[in-house]
Amino acid sequence: MKKFSSLLHNLILTPSRNTKIKLLQDYFKILDINRAYALAILSDQLSFQFIKASKLRELVYEQVDQHLFDYSYDYVGDLAETISLIWPTNKEGKSQNLSTLIENIKKIKKSEINKEFSKVLSELSNNERWTLIKICTGGLRIGVSERLVKTALADLYNKSVNEIEEIWHGLEFPYENLFQWLKNETSKPKIDFKKLFHPMMLANPIDEEKDFKRLDANEFQAEYKWDGIRVQLMVSSNSVSLYSRTGDNISSAFPEIIETTKGDAVIDGELLVGRNFKPSGFNDLQQRLNRKKASKDLQKKFPVFIRAYDILFYKGKDLRKLSLVERRKYLEKFQKENTTNQIDLSTIINFSTWKALTKYKNNFYDDLNEGVMIKLKNSEYLPGRKKGYWYKWKKNPKLVDAILMYAQRGHGKRSSYYSDFTFGVWKENELVPIGKAYSGYTDKELLVLDKFIRNNTTNKFGPVREVKKEIILEVAFDDVFPSTRHKSGVAMRFPRIHRIRWDKPINEVLSIKEFKKEFKID
Amino acid sequence: MDFINHQLFIKDINVHIDPILPKKTAIITHGHADHARFGHDHVIATRQTIEIMKIRYGDKCAKKFTPLRYGQKYSIKNFNFTLYPAGHILGSAQVLIEKNNHRLVITGDYKVGKDETCKNFKLVKCDTLITEATFGLPIFQHPDPKDEIQKLIRSVKINKNNCHIVGAYALGKAQRVMNLLRQQKYNETIYIHGSLEKLCQYYSKEKINIGKFEKVSSKDKSFYEGKIIIAPPSALKDRWSRRFPNPIICMASGWMTVKQRAKQQGIELPLVISDHSDWNELLDTIKKSKAKNILITHGQEDALVYYCKKQNLVSKPLSIQGRSDEEIE
Repeated sequence: MKKFSSLLHNLILTPSRNTKIKLLQDYFKILDINRAYALAILSDQLSFQFIKASKLRELVYEQVDQHLFDYSYDYVGDLAETISLIWPTNKEGKSQNLSTLIENIKKIKKSEINKEFSKVLSELSNNERWTLIKICTGGLRIGVSERLVKTALADLYNKSVNEIEEIWHGLEFPYENLFQWLKNETSKPKIDFKKLFHPMMLANPIDEEKDFKRLDANEFQAEYKWDGIRVQLMVSSNSVSLYSRTGDNISSAFPEIIETTKGDAVIDGELLVGRNFKPSGFNDLQQRLNRKKASKDLQKKFPVFIRAYDILFYKGKDLRKLSLVERRKYLEKFQKENTTNQIDLSTIINFSTWKALTKYKNNFYDDLNEGVMIKLKNSEYLPGRKKGYWYKWKKNPKLVDAILMYAQRGHGKRSSYYSDFTFGVWKENELVPIGKAYSGYTDKELLVLDKFIRNNTTNKFGPVREVKKEIILEVAFDDVFPSTRHKSGVAMRFPRIHRIRWDKPINEVLSIKEFKKEFKID
Repeated sequence: MDFINHQLFIKDINVHIDPILPKKTAIITHGHADHARFGHDHVIATRQTIEIMKIRYGDKCAKKFTPLRYGQKYSIKNFNFTLYPAGHILGSAQVLIEKNNHRLVITGDYKVGKDETCKNFKLVKCDTLITEATFGLPIFQHPDPKDEIQKLIRSVKINKNNCHIVGAYALGKAQRVMNLLRQQKYNETIYIHGSLEKLCQYYSKEKINIGKFEKVSSKDKSFYEGKIIIAPPSALKDRWSRRFPNPIICMASGWMTVKQRAKQQGIELPLVISDHSDWNELLDTIKKSKAKNILITHGQEDALVYYCKKQNLVSKPLSIQGRSDEEIE
């Protein structure tokens, strides 16, 4: 555990990618079972059933005053780090192996968690405690992507990272077959591809100035970009399953898709809510998300369908090395053979110049497409966000000026800065909050806002500071919906700070009535 | 205690403690820039604080200086002032103010732990305590500085082709790091950023053991391989640091307790070495001072105010303008 926790400590503090790879490789050189645990942790595949963030809070409240903990957490901005630092301990126990420690924790009975896990925490050093809590809460956020871990492994054993990527989702702890193949002791692990989630191909945002000069419009085709959730649909004669972008199986939440789809293929598409293939907006989709099951009633009220973008496998044949244009032919063939009311095809937009494409990007087509996707016609289907193949070009965002009302410290890399901003518009002579944003500003603007907040706090509500109503923020957002959960009656989609409006007096900011009228909310 | 306001100003006799703007009479607790400023008429402080101010701002940074020894009483009308060691940096002092049997102590910045570079903190019993709270959260529990400095020495031994640049405030922290290295038998020459030179010379003159040091010069890059260089934190991000071979960026500060902070600042080797009291030391000082009235300034005051109230002590935060609550020296 000492060794692994100092690996994480060093990884979080090293800015250099090469050094990170070297640190990982040094660790993976150990040949015992601990490296399998490390790999599982680094790829976020290990967790403890009974010990999650809420349990950890409960445990820490048994040890320290709740208010003192809350003040500290607000300051640190990271749960694992706050608990590891504040945990009262002086006696470090005997250092244990990573594997032994984890197996021992797994053995703890649910009824004895509070006592036994607290004991474990007390016997660790600060850094080990931090590591263990990170493992419990999942999502390490130490600046190491899963991809980087795979790269380190691939380079260490002279394999290509794509080879690892291809079989990754078919591997299981303790990865014996992976390590044996890496060391050339066996051939590449055989994976049943039909049951395997294939990492998706993702797009980079286009840089209008640079990319359009550089890229030849004739080599690309475009499609509308839809604001749903990206899914992978796996169909075979005996099973149908649906995966989210991160590889989670979400089949049970969308029974109408699972029950009606036929054929033999792996499809990449966008899951949307709507009737007759007419999407009805993200707000409706949200009613279907984060649910394990969907009642008949819900299915009726918010029916879903898939807008297919791409096809990866067709009747057992791997199409990923074919060009996008070739794959599209297979996709059309699949659609013709297995027509249902749940799958339609994404429209292809033909254009000859980038300028001509602009009108499609800005086409407020029922106001529902988010912009366009620009795809290289002869691109293979490559996992991850490779540069040069697929681009996304988003519509210009909607903009509104609003007054900064409250601020809170950020988390992670923005902890210590007041970086979460709540802003509002007028309602009679008062302000009513319409949203909260924690991105979009430049580093410089953040420093200015942070300083303003520290010097102009008028009230404190726990970690939240109310500030003098002086600063106007131009807020960009993708969309806005009616909402019963907010006092203002509106909920914004992806609001971010566009700029600070130093030039505008606060009485020129819209009223909530005017805001609703401008953005067509009843 | 109502003779002093939230700006540490005693109106009756027109005396300020650590004022930000030029004033008639200023009692200065120590030489850091957020406490010692240029342009007062009359500065009252320890000899060393006065000399440090002169090094930093010139001989004429005040019209008149009155040096006080620790423990020496100084009276203005019916107010008695006495300075006691604060253990923060060379020359640092707490201020005891006595009026009509009421004893009020302003700690200034202080640390309780041992430090060879200055006189160690002396606890002064009082009725009202105005304490700093830079590290006023229970997450701050400073480790033994010897262990921290060993991390640096070990890293220097392992990474022979790198140089180690240690960010440390020019006054106090830099010399403390040097002294700690010497205590741990690191006997090589320590290289320093130009802005540290005069202060290091002054510490040497005051017989503080910081060993052999030399200003960084435009030598061949490879010369600095395996060396330790000390620089003010602002120089770490500057082009200045790029002239060195494979630098490993270190920082000596209490803030380094929090990994996320270290990461934000691009620090690869954090050294938790603080010249302020940690949480337990703050609580201990409050308790042992026997003060019934606690005013808290300078830092994370919320948690400490909460704690004091729970102990049935009268407590409130004291906001002093011009002081940010973080990243102070």
